[in-house]
Amino acid sequence: MPYSLYKKIIAPAIGKTLVLTPLFAHKIEAGFPSPADDYIEGRLSLDEHLIQHRDATFFVRAKGNSMVGAGIYDGDLLVVDRSLTPSSGDIVIAVLDAELTVKRLIKRDGMVILKPENPDFKEIVLKDGQELQVWGVVTSTTKKFI
Amino acid sequence: MGRRDIDYQEVHIGHAMPIALVDCNNFYVSCERVFDPKLEGRPVVVLSNNDGCAVARSGEVKALGVKMAEPWFKMEKLAKQHGIIALSSNYTLYGDMSARVMSILSTFSPKQEVYSIDECFLDLSGFDPQSLVAYGQTIRKTIKQHVGIPVCVGIAGTKTLAKLANHCAKKRYAGKDGVCDFGRYSATQISKLFATIPVGDIWGVGRKISEKLIGMNIETVEDLRTANSSRMRQQFSIVLERTIKELNGISCIELDEADTPRQQIMVSRSFGQEVSNFDDLSESIAYFANSAAEKLRKDESVASGVCVFIQTNPFKGKSPQYHRSVVIPMGEPTGDTVKLVNVAIHGLTAIYRGGFSYKKSGVLLMGLQPKEAIQTSLFDDFAKQDKSNKLMSVMDSINRRMGKGSMTIAASGTKQRWAMRRDSKSPNYTTDWNELPTAT
Repeated sequence: MPYSLYKKIIAPAIGKTLVLTPLFAHKIEAGFPSPADDYIEGRLSLDEHLIQHRDATFFVRAKGNSMVGAGIYDGDLLVVDRSLTPSSGDIVIAVLDAELTVKRLIKRDGMVILKPENPDFKEIVLKDGQELQVWGVVTSTTKKFI
Repeated sequence: MGRRDIDYQEVHIGHAMPIALVDCNNFYVSCERVFDPKLEGRPVVVLSNNDGCAVARSGEVKALGVKMAEPWFKMEKLAKQHGIIALSSNYTLYGDMSARVMSILSTFSPKQEVYSIDECFLDLSGFDPQSLVAYGQTIRKTIKQHVGIPVCVGIAGTKTLAKLANHCAKKRYAGKDGVCDFGRYSATQISKLFATIPVGDIWGVGRKISEKLIGMNIETVEDLRTANSSRMRQQFSIVLERTIKELNGISCIELDEADTPRQQIMVSRSFGQEVSNFDDLSESIAYFANSAAEKLRKDESVASGVCVFIQTNPFKGKSPQYHRSVVIPMGEPTGDTVKLVNVAIHGLTAIYRGGFSYKKSGVLLMGLQPKEAIQTSLFDDFAKQDKSNKLMSVMDSINRRMGKGSMTIAASGTKQRWAMRRDSKSPNYTTDWNELPTAT
């Protein structure tokens, strides 16, 4: 797709309201439309969309508001993939003082920081020799309105 | 040398066809620790729900000398002294965690035999013998990271040896970092090692057999490995002869790739004629539980829970409607008809209401797992128990139970047990939306 088209069609849609559409089997190309365009491939599954590694994925309930800046609110459902290796910038579930906590993992100048996404909360800087136990990497969050 | 019919010294017990036995460490305790990090490093024991005996012990608890199957009241003093944390068993959680572990393990080999809730055999033939230890480490790391469960890996040429290698890895008799490959050891080293392991530690050698063996001065694994196997067959059984062969690297027990076992077994019927009294209903439930248990045993599985349901005829709009179901977790997974029927009847007493005409009832066995130890199935006398005999005895016990007085006792008994269970059972972290772990 040429960039001009991308800018015109795709880019404005990014960040807009989520629209669920059926998935079609056929690519859009010039020429005759295929009769298969009428054929719907199957319902979309949120599991498929949100979960890459079924056996290593756990759901965790967010408690409190330390991560509102990242769009994680009290009561949200976190999808946590334990098979992923955490890198700096990931939102992770970490074990801190024998409790599970959700924070952004920052590795900077040899320091490991658990960063809340809320100015009311303090950064947690790991001391020398203190080993961080990452429980899993948060891959998405879902929230129900009703 | 004619005394021995196996030329054991020539056999290299490492890997003609390497098999790995992957076993979860203190599985139930480990499951609990994944979701409750406070339990890490502390003495934790998981108790059976019905009789309060230890069914899993953390390393710390083992170190305190608490034995498997020890009843809680016996360790209560020790528990107070050392702050042992006692948990009721949460088979829903263990079942789900087991399914995850087994599913991931299945990606490490084209052939897998899930042997019990927390262990499985993997066929590693065709793998580079030099790399098996590293492969074992990869398995270990993967399971620990993906599911949070620590495992040990034993690798050898037969199932019996793989079990033993795993035992060595776990007890740190041999191997390194939880992985032991007998193929890395010379015949002399193996002999030395086996001479330090009690004969009772061998897979398939139960307490009775080991006592008898010790009486014959066969005290260590090495003693049994080098024993005259045909004499052993005469004195014991073909099973022990097979064990001796397996200890010498001759594979006698095939890897049994079970077909994917059923997840649940349902037996239910609509009644030709609607029933309303408890006795008729309980008879049907007992019958369904009985035939479900038969299917269960045919699959060589055990059930961790029983669901009982009853319903009136929904198409008779005018008559009063009632439908209820109840799930009762088994203290320990079982395939025992009597236990399953009893539990089903307990469940029925909890949900039964008089004054309704019931159209349908049923029993659903849930949380099916492969029956654990082969040892028990070999010597079990399920076969001896005639089916009809069994049904009759079950029916008898139900009839006894259905006497007016005993009915209330049974019902209140159930309630008390439930209350006790709830106290220290962990949440269903992975199977209930309302019980998910939380992160602050």
